[in-house]
Amino acid sequence: MALFEALLELADDHLVLGHRVSEWCGHAPMLEEDLALPNMALDLIGSARSLYTYAGEVEGAGRDEDALAYLRDETDYRNCLLVERPNGDFAQTMLRQFYFAAFMEPYWKAALESPDETVRGIAGKAVKEMAYHIRHSGEWVIRLGDGTEESARRMAEAVEELHRYTDELFHTSEAASGVAALPDRAAMRPEWDRVIGDIFAEAKLTIPEVRFPQQGGREMRHGEALGHMLAEMQVTHRAHPGAVW
Amino acid sequence: MAEAATMEEARAWEAAAAVPDPEVPCVTVADLGILRWVRIENGAAVAGVTPTYSGCPATLAIEFAIEQALREAGFEARVERVMSPPWTTDWITEEGREKLRDYGIAPPVESGGKATLFGAPTVACPRCGATDTERLSEFGSTPCKAHYRCRSCAEPFDYFKCL
Repeated sequence: MALFEALLELADDHLVLGHRVSEWCGHAPMLEEDLALPNMALDLIGSARSLYTYAGEVEGAGRDEDALAYLRDETDYRNCLLVERPNGDFAQTMLRQFYFAAFMEPYWKAALESPDETVRGIAGKAVKEMAYHIRHSGEWVIRLGDGTEESARRMAEAVEELHRYTDELFHTSEAASGVAALPDRAAMRPEWDRVIGDIFAEAKLTIPEVRFPQQGGREMRHGEALGHMLAEMQVTHRAHPGAVW
Repeated sequence: MAEAATMEEARAWEAAAAVPDPEVPCVTVADLGILRWVRIENGAAVAGVTPTYSGCPATLAIEFAIEQALREAGFEARVERVMSPPWTTDWITEEGREKLRDYGIAPPVESGGKATLFGAPTVACPRCGATDTERLSEFGSTPCKAHYRCRSCAEPFDYFKCL
């Protein structure tokens, strides 16, 4: 069931980040961003839905997207730690988005060559959306990093806080390894390094040396933050089991 | 028999194709290119529909509307979601693009992707046709639109994003 595991890793990354980004709805610093953030959240949640639906089919145990999203506990979520990090300030949210999109864009591009037709379909849609996310969040990384003294300080602090979580983007758990239908995560490293390097140079940011990379999410070991997020995300579904529109 | 099925399919296609997009009602699902096919299977009309954007909240509403239109035309109806090949704005028909423009929405300029990653495309104002326009917001009122302003006639307008 390596394919099921690998699809869950992807779906959990997208749902958890999508939910995090959606928390900004109504709280963004300006109207344009109040439109942008929920739009990006929708892209991520939309991909998550397709991935969960396919994972459920692959598993063959009768679980649908809702069962996989709402009825698993944090000890069963396979998302990387980066995506579950609390939103922090606007700089942290945008930097997290940039790190993630800069990984997913080449990943989905590679997935366009997948032997699996469903994967190709999901990738074909998502690759364009991720290109949009890189551009939007990348522009903010530059604008804040090379902006005022205050914005530069905030963006530098965001880098300090979040960079240690980025190694895990390239990591797959053993249970999800060796799936021909999906690209090798580790192979995205050169492209990710290039995009991050280019934007950081423009943003006058320094790539920090990470001495202790943080990971464990793929092995279902999460920080405290995820449980709180899932509680809020899942409460309605769990309170009304089986409810439909 | 085969001919009868084909005629029924044509009738079912017409019923489904006339369904307007719930967010952009000036265009139909056929104009947008998201209605892929309609087949008659065991006496029931089955419509293949491709979502526009991964998270488009209108997807479900569109599927319901197509089912309803087919039922009203006298068919037992079902909708199948077709993920592959993925929809692109290139599938919007010429007629659809014309309708969008008349409605005040600038139609997509070119296929999205890497080429447009760090540069905005040149978008013509749907009111006056001037290309001296500026992007106000990369995201708009729905996932498929961005917000622009015409520097020539000063009209703000929606632009249908290229994907």
